[in-house]
Amino acid sequence: MSVPLEAYLALSALLFVLGTTGVLVRRNALVVFMSIELMLNAVNLTFVAFARQRLAIEGQLAVFFVVVVAAVEVVVGLAILIAIFRTRDTVDIDDVDLLRG
Amino acid sequence: MVVEVIIFVFAALGALAGGLGVVASRLPVRNALSLLLVLGSLAVTYLLLAAQFIAVLQVIVYAGAIVVLFLFVVMLLHRQLGAMSPDRLRWQGPVAIGLSAAFLILMLLTLRFATNAAAPAPAEFGTVESVGRALFTSFALPFEVASVILLVGIIAAVVIGRPASRPVAAPPRSSAPSPVGAPRR
Repeated sequence: MSVPLEAYLALSALLFVLGTTGVLVRRNALVVFMSIELMLNAVNLTFVAFARQRLAIEGQLAVFFVVVVAAVEVVVGLAILIAIFRTRDTVDIDDVDLLRG
Repeated sequence: MVVEVIIFVFAALGALAGGLGVVASRLPVRNALSLLLVLGSLAVTYLLLAAQFIAVLQVIVYAGAIVVLFLFVVMLLHRQLGAMSPDRLRWQGPVAIGLSAAFLILMLLTLRFATNAAAPAPAEFGTVESVGRALFTSFALPFEVASVILLVGIIAAVVIGRPASRPVAAPPRSSAPSPVGAPRR
């Protein structure tokens, strides 16, 4: 592996932080979902990098299961988003504050 | 090899540019296409890391299915996506950026402990055969659970996405039909 492991981990850390920033800063629910996908992909990169370094196939299997769960999460999340949009006419997560004290 | 480093640099730059686009762009279509750029670049890095099957999975499932789903939702909601009410939490943005930067520094500091002695990968590492062999032997139970999760997701999407159910007592036939385009609730 001529590219050092640290390079992959640093790229993964940068992508993960971009994702957290997006979740915390943006108010469009769709963009928040995309930022969550960004974080999941950053973690996947870490899994694959460590699987390559330790030559352990289990890391790649973890990525497989992450992809499956991410697909289900997007389907259910976007269905909820459409349902919220139907009843409240907004995708701004600051406007969906029924549980506000 | 130098070629690997060059490919990695381009993939990393593409991934970071796409990530910035996902977070910073104001147009939802541009967000989704930036996400596509990130996913494609990461598939390239997976190839560099001897994970061929995962790279193909990434392109098919993420780039092929999930991004298309995002684009469908953008298409359905596009009128409203630009309209945002005024920001009520003005301190949230700067605090979030500061905390994220602190978290990034913390994670980069831990990289000192990474050991960097990788043996060359055997030829069959990461192929469909080796991943599938592990998946159907020692990981058979999680594999079945994953299929149940997918089924639950399909049913949940249908149940949530269905319009509100009609009242149980059907209206008499002589009543006037509801006007087209009336709200469903």
